[in-house]
Amino acid sequence: MSTMTDPPSESFRLSQLINDTRYRSYTFQFIALIALVALIAFLGANLISNLAAAGLNISYEFLGEPAGYDINQRLIEYNSQSSHWRAAVVGVLNTLLVAVVGCFLATVIGVAVGVLRLSNNWLIRKIMAVYVEIFRNVPVLIWILIIMAVFIAILPQPRDFRGEDAEASMLLGSFAFTGRGFYFPKPVMGPGSGIVVAVFLASIAGIFYLRSYAKKALFDRGQMIPTLWPSVGLFFVPVILAFFVMGQPITLEYPELKGFNFKGGIFARNSLIALTFALAIYTAAFIAENVRAGILAVSKGQTEAAASLGLRPGRIMNLVVLPQALRVIIPPLISQYLNLTKNSSLAIAVGYMDLTGTLGGITLNQTGRAIECVLLLMLFYLTISLSISAIMNVYNNAVKLKER
Amino acid sequence: MKKTVLLGAMTIAGLAAGAASAATMDDVKARGKLNCGVTTGLVGFAAPDANGEWDGFDVGVCRAVAAAVLGDPSAVEFVPTTGKTRFTALASGEIDMLARNTTWTFSRDVDLKFEFVGINYYDGQGFMVPKELGVSSAKELDGATVCIQTGTTTELNLADFFRANNISYEPVPIETNAEAQPLYLEGACDVYTTDASGLAATRAAFENPGDHVVLPEIISKEPLGPLVRHGDNEWGDVVRWTLNALIAAEELGVTSANIAELAAGTNNPEINRLLGTEGNLGEMLGLNADWAKMAIMAGGNYGELFETNIGENTPIGLSRGLNAQWTDGGLLYSPPFR
Repeated sequence: MSTMTDPPSESFRLSQLINDTRYRSYTFQFIALIALVALIAFLGANLISNLAAAGLNISYEFLGEPAGYDINQRLIEYNSQSSHWRAAVVGVLNTLLVAVVGCFLATVIGVAVGVLRLSNNWLIRKIMAVYVEIFRNVPVLIWILIIMAVFIAILPQPRDFRGEDAEASMLLGSFAFTGRGFYFPKPVMGPGSGIVVAVFLASIAGIFYLRSYAKKALFDRGQMIPTLWPSVGLFFVPVILAFFVMGQPITLEYPELKGFNFKGGIFARNSLIALTFALAIYTAAFIAENVRAGILAVSKGQTEAAASLGLRPGRIMNLVVLPQALRVIIPPLISQYLNLTKNSSLAIAVGYMDLTGTLGGITLNQTGRAIECVLLLMLFYLTISLSISAIMNVYNNAVKLKER
Repeated sequence: MKKTVLLGAMTIAGLAAGAASAATMDDVKARGKLNCGVTTGLVGFAAPDANGEWDGFDVGVCRAVAAAVLGDPSAVEFVPTTGKTRFTALASGEIDMLARNTTWTFSRDVDLKFEFVGINYYDGQGFMVPKELGVSSAKELDGATVCIQTGTTTELNLADFFRANNISYEPVPIETNAEAQPLYLEGACDVYTTDASGLAATRAAFENPGDHVVLPEIISKEPLGPLVRHGDNEWGDVVRWTLNALIAAEELGVTSANIAELAAGTNNPEINRLLGTEGNLGEMLGLNADWAKMAIMAGGNYGELFETNIGENTPIGLSRGLNAQWTDGGLLYSPPFR
């Protein structure tokens, strides 16, 4: 005789929301969500009613009006008659410029320092430890101010270049390093220069193809193809040939002292250099620690196994340790990139017109639209940060340990 | 990220919540202290002295208002504000009045909803350059690097001036006057521009003031005055008439030296009304009868404040110029006390 027990009836009782583990977490999450929405709604309603009481409103019409102020550092066309919106875009581009250059520099310095902190050489190891401890334990704003002050105090000003027996002179007659920034010769593209550029780009592509071909040959057939000298040759020879064949279409425009400042050439402003450099070396100290942690996370057995296969120390680091360390390094590296980008909002301390300086600074001040400007500012920074996260997460997925 | 947005919204909502308070005078009396917004430090106008006591021309206005309302010129909490934070501080109710050489403009008055109660200094924007550059006019500044204090009307005037004269320049925005000084002295900028009074005050603080010249061009009108929030007319009246009392006192010859004597009663009915021995002007304002007397005794009349803080015998060395009484060819003209 077999007994059959009926499956328990699936009638749903309200108490299950609390007592049943299947529903409990949803219940609390739902309550938390309601509370959050209610809080935001309360704050929003409070804001709007108080603004109405003060006779103010939320309006973004000011974005279309002429800004009326000038910006020294700009990547796109802008003058004082451009709109506030365009001023904000100039600011965004300036922020991105600092962020991109800063992240790149910070990564290069950080990886080098992180690897050198594990060096067998006592002196190098200690110097790197001192660097890391000094830079990550002093606020970044102070670094920005110190570097700017040193920059202005040490380097000569344009007026020192003037006269017969000038105190300062240009390097090779074409580079001027002044307290206001660096002036470089600027290439001027003549007719036919497009072909030279195209040849240059083609040889870059050629170098990449050569390297991937060599790698494939190594993996498939165990054949070593030398890449260093052919790469160097590919880099220089075709473009120099094309340059002379086309009759030297690219000339240089040298900076010259005219009036108060140097004119002509490329000008890298002191505020841009000081800010980028300060952010880069500050963040690099943190990245160095991430890199060190990542390398130490790779078990020593890996290094020893690679050594027993006859690999040299440089190759062990590049081929065995770093690829495995990357999966530990990348996630905190994303945070450091985000930190650097957000820290760039300290730019106004050295007079660099980033997003906080234009939209959150002068525009906010001249229009008095504080709430609108701050909300827009938050939106811009949120977008930039989320984009960096998204890009880095794609890279992280590419390098993380493939588990099957 | 959600948290960032939330915190931001809370801050903004908190700021806006403060703006709703209306009866500023009751708040000040209940608190027993006047919260007065001043600059973060501009010698002569508002700066802490060696003992940490705030001192200066704008500070004098704050003290006069405190004396008129509370009977005590030292019952002031000075809140240092930058060009950027001043309007938020006033709009949010953090300060009761702002006396921070702030230019009276249309949009600040109408769009930002503030009430300028008068003008205590008629100023204009000028340029300062080192003498060694050999510049004698602002129109010779083509291509110059110019340091500007950001968050002021100066950067707009500057853009207009250079555009109108079709010459180029390189602006270097600086947050405060103190940060601008080393940049200018080290030569990171050729020119420093701000209100002419500010230039004189800044130059006075230099080691060798004689090495720098203020160019003759004044490129804008900068009427500087104290301001309060829109919508609280009683409080606005108190600040307005305290300032007028200081100006009228100079015109009528009432000084801190002779005020005790004059307050006993004079033959001039206007002085009597001003000092509260005749009529009930104080009562109309909701203050004591001797409000103006207290205000004048706090630091002297307008002329005395000017001479002790920024006048020709101080390191700042400003002449009265436009800021003389109308009877001496200036623009100061207080409405009658009646």
